[in-house]
Amino acid sequence: MNGVARFLDSDFVYGFKRSPVAIMSALVVLLVLIGAVFAHYISPHNPFDLASLDLLDSLKPPFWSTDGDPSFPLGTDDQGRDVLSGILYGTQISLIVAVCAIAFSLTVGITMGLLAGYFGGVVDALLMRVVDIQLTFPSILIALLVDGIVRAVLPRDMQAALELYVIVFAIGISRWPQFARTVRGSTMVERGRDYVMAAKVIGISGPRIMLSHILPNVLGPVLVITTLNLGLAILDEATLSFLGVGLPPTQPSLGTLIRIGNNFLFSGEWWIAIFPGVTLAAMVLSINLLGDWLRDALNPRLR
Amino acid sequence: MTMQVLQAIEVSRHFDVSRPFLQRALSREGRRILRAVDGISFDIAAGTTLSLVGESGCGKSTVARLAVGLYTPTDGEIRFEGQPLSSARAQPALRRKMNMIFQDPYASLNPRWRVADIVAEPIRAFNILSGTKTINDRVGQLLTQVGLSAADGEKYPHEFSGGQRQRISIARALSSEPEFLVCDEPTSALDVSVQAQILNLMRDLQQKLGLTYLFISHNLAVVRHMSDRLGVMYLGRIVEEGPGEDIFRTPRHPYTRLLLDAIPDISAVGRSRTPVGGEVPSPISPPAGCTFHPRCGLANERCKVEKPPQTKVGNVLVACHAVAEGRS
Amino acid sequence: MALLDVQNLVVEFPGRRGVLRALDDISFSIGEGEILGVVGESGAGKSLTGAAIIGLLEPPGRVASGQILFDGKRIDNLSSDQMRPIRGKQIGAIFQDPLTTLNPLISIGRQLTETMQAHLKLSDRDARARAIGWLEQVGIPAAADRVEAFPHQFSGGMRQRVVIALALCAEPRLVVADEPTTALDVSIQAQIITLLKNLTKSHGTSVMLVTHDMGVIAETCDRVAVMYAGRIAEIGPVRDVVLSPSHPYTEGLMGSIPSLETRVERLRQIDGAMPRLTAIPKGCAFNPRCSRTIDKCREQRPGLMPAGSTQAACWVTAA
Repeated sequence: MNGVARFLDSDFVYGFKRSPVAIMSALVVLLVLIGAVFAHYISPHNPFDLASLDLLDSLKPPFWSTDGDPSFPLGTDDQGRDVLSGILYGTQISLIVAVCAIAFSLTVGITMGLLAGYFGGVVDALLMRVVDIQLTFPSILIALLVDGIVRAVLPRDMQAALELYVIVFAIGISRWPQFARTVRGSTMVERGRDYVMAAKVIGISGPRIMLSHILPNVLGPVLVITTLNLGLAILDEATLSFLGVGLPPTQPSLGTLIRIGNNFLFSGEWWIAIFPGVTLAAMVLSINLLGDWLRDALNPRLR
Repeated sequence: MTMQVLQAIEVSRHFDVSRPFLQRALSREGRRILRAVDGISFDIAAGTTLSLVGESGCGKSTVARLAVGLYTPTDGEIRFEGQPLSSARAQPALRRKMNMIFQDPYASLNPRWRVADIVAEPIRAFNILSGTKTINDRVGQLLTQVGLSAADGEKYPHEFSGGQRQRISIARALSSEPEFLVCDEPTSALDVSVQAQILNLMRDLQQKLGLTYLFISHNLAVVRHMSDRLGVMYLGRIVEEGPGEDIFRTPRHPYTRLLLDAIPDISAVGRSRTPVGGEVPSPISPPAGCTFHPRCGLANERCKVEKPPQTKVGNVLVACHAVAEGRS
Repeated sequence: MALLDVQNLVVEFPGRRGVLRALDDISFSIGEGEILGVVGESGAGKSLTGAAIIGLLEPPGRVASGQILFDGKRIDNLSSDQMRPIRGKQIGAIFQDPLTTLNPLISIGRQLTETMQAHLKLSDRDARARAIGWLEQVGIPAAADRVEAFPHQFSGGMRQRVVIALALCAEPRLVVADEPTTALDVSIQAQIITLLKNLTKSHGTSVMLVTHDMGVIAETCDRVAVMYAGRIAEIGPVRDVVLSPSHPYTEGLMGSIPSLETRVERLRQIDGAMPRLTAIPKGCAFNPRCSRTIDKCREQRPGLMPAGSTQAACWVTAA
């Protein structure tokens, strides 16, 4: 039996097929992903192309209203930008930020967790106290703080160019402790196992044991919290952008769109904020549901 | 004179099992030291098997880990082929001559690795062979040698039964072409019929490859089957040591006798007996003098205060005042 | 009449790849005051047999056919509410790990008195006195002082003694003991086995002793059933099964046990391993590993047939 066939026949896939929630969530995530990745090809308009904007198109309601225009299916904002296109492009940016931030968190968290769990003692005590302290603050506060400091330190002319990196760093640094904790816990279990002893007996070095023996065995739980944290990172980015300290309006993410729409919410132009909001909620909810399912599926004790 | 592969000279290993500093300070308690191994000595001659037997907590698994350098002794010295163990282990050419087989076949193989990679790890680590094809051939040969097939290398550990996994473990241990193997309860997680397969395999390999074994077990019948020499451990000390047959024929130390008497044997159908009471005390605060005295029928005042030295009786070393004084 | 009569018991586990038959047509009985040993390798179904009798099969496992008669009445089709008064009062249970039986938050004295009062009419005073009596019987030193102690204050061997007291205190007529000494050291194991044997003999309690240790069986039981791949391979008086087995599997099993009395160059070994439940061979489940297989073994499943002084499920030895 080859690898693919074996995977398709596994309990994992079987469990997936029998869980409507998992299938629905996966479909939504897939849909959002396709929309975000292919935003340039799918979107009816390019919201960044200032030349194509026409103020006469501004504040049009969705197509089913009497004033609606079928070429702007979900309406337009105050500058005449297509809301649907804005959502597609915005999702792309939100996802890029979140994925990069979590990748950063993962790298830092796994490294720290492996070191703390494998060596124990002073290394462990130091790293884990840092983690403990950071976990006493809400991660959004850390992200705000880091974001503020970096902006203050960087010269003004560099800020625009580095905006994306700053926010990725701010969100990433606020989320690594969770990964470090999980990896540390699993590492402490794995390092006492006989297969690690067997590698030590023949003199395999510590770093190599950590990378080739322990790491593959601690990735299961990491995968679960990665999924859950991805949803949270998307929210972090949206929150920062909503507060106006995230990405600039020239690169509007879902959070920025909601912030802009928020100004019009009470004057009747509800679609500018609601559609990006619904997209954000649907995406984060699906990712979290998928993460929950993954946790149950990978934990044999709960089955 | 035969060469001694491994020598342990007055080896001790203590573990600090104190609670964290702050808690200790608050509750005003001292450090707690667990004397897992407390001054033991033995030699293993090339091509022979020394077995260490004892109940849980007697320190036999700690000895196994000391013997391959996973732990360093707190006191005393271990020599491998005449050199101090730490310097022997610093040289790959000597380090590859020792390897280990573990108790739990479900924990001793990395579940994420293919069997071929598991078996090949020592070959790659010591650069014994190079080239994918050459290494694969050698792995196939090793798997065949332990009674599996070369094609099994493509599979993952979870596809095998406990006995088959233990064979994989043995193949891995053999792949560094060792002369000395430490076997830590290699069959205690297996069913008896599978245990017989593994024990037979280990003896065949010993004869064929001239291996030296340090064999750790709690099962006296298995130990009798496997060993040339035998050491009986109790609370970190060897209480009786000598040729296996001598000890089984005439066990002298009261603890050895208790153990032999306690084991249910299939040839003793319907036997009724009065077992010795008491339990193994904690190695953190062992009794003074001879640590066995609270459970010993022969104990007197001297046993309660004075640690018995090893006395030679025939071919056997016994650490017991009663035996030395002829009170038994 | 036998106290426990298991007739053609089949236990199945429905799963995604079809139904697994974990126990396949098991029949045996236990008489009043008799100790029956059930022995076999892991996965042979010995613990499952015990679980089926005390009505604690883990779902989705279920009794698919056959019946279990206790004192002449069927107990395999009872609801868990109907089974509860029988478990404890009529059938006691001892498991491998005492911590699964003992409640860590309740003193052992209270666990004993509660168990007794649930099944017997006893005043608090009498129950307490009996609890101390039971602790003395199972060999807990200074029982009157330790009756208020909690499980964590006891060592492993002492806890298992308490579990035995707990299983016997409602004076059940049958005790199912599943690997009661496996987690213990040999010197403690000898104490516990002797205790269990003496106590049940003096109270006239029947015992089903499930273990993988042939030595324990040999010293403790009156009769023994050898299980293989969810079936009984051989059953008979312990002396005959151990010393002159009829079934080739029993013979191989006995030969593979290293003996304390003699040293042999090679242990007798049965090649291969017990089949997984998903791949039980046709005919006799042991036929691919057996040295005496004849054509019939591959075609037809043998039932238990008289062979020598035991009963064995083997075409070759039956003839």
